[in-house]
Amino acid sequence: MIPLSWYLIFAAALFSIGLFGVLSRRNAIAILMGVELMLNAVNINLIAFWRYRAVEQIAGQAFAIMVFAVAAAEVAVGLALVISVYRRQNTIIAKEIDMLKW
Amino acid sequence: MALSQIIFLVIAAATLVAALLVVISRNLVHSALWLIATLFGVAIFYGFLSAGFFAVAQVVIYIGAIAILFIFSVMLTRRLMQDNSPQINRGWPLALLLAILFFGGVLGMYNTWPEFAAMAPEMAAEANPLEQLGLALVSPNAYVLPFELASILLVAAMIGAIYLAWEKK
Repeated sequence: MIPLSWYLIFAAALFSIGLFGVLSRRNAIAILMGVELMLNAVNINLIAFWRYRAVEQIAGQAFAIMVFAVAAAEVAVGLALVISVYRRQNTIIAKEIDMLKW
Repeated sequence: MALSQIIFLVIAAATLVAALLVVISRNLVHSALWLIATLFGVAIFYGFLSAGFFAVAQVVIYIGAIAILFIFSVMLTRRLMQDNSPQINRGWPLALLLAILFFGGVLGMYNTWPEFAAMAPEMAAEANPLEQLGLALVSPNAYVLPFELASILLVAAMIGAIYLAWEKK
């Protein structure tokens, strides 16, 4: 049997790796990949807490479904933005995308 | 140590290594492929947690749709990020420090929680979480409103994505 703590530690490590990716990568697509890792870590936590703490209620699974939907929406809009910026500015380096900066 | 624990540790280590390679690979196509490996590892954990529906949904939605979208957009934008320019910004030691601090802080917080090492309760033999989930998502007393909002969000995101990526002549 696997204790709850193993899942939580694994999810925290996955979230930290994603956080490092978001903060350190220069490429906008790589930043979105880091966000995906963080969302996956959150989903593992939701499902693990559902299984270990509230198995007769369904809230954990219902909200994991919401996280799936939000992740799909986020990545669709994010990648469309990246491609649109690439067409106009010819760059996808996050630091060089500064059209809104005066 | 039981067999299931050994399997858990092996899969966890493989998944974390794959996640690390997503973050540090120079070549973005490799990053996207390692992302697929990471998502597979997470899907196996959903199976461990007796949430089989989520394991399937993870493979279909994340690997089948999101990872493929990533690979497509890497290929559509690849020319400029050739491999000789640095892939990581100058502030990366600070980012590493922040990530480690976050991990340590979360672990410290967990350690103050007495039920941290709890074991899974037995599931009732006649329990059917998938049926329960399906009913909860369409029941007015449960989650029908967030569920419908999620579908509106998906439609809005789809229309927005098409509009943004449309090539205006």
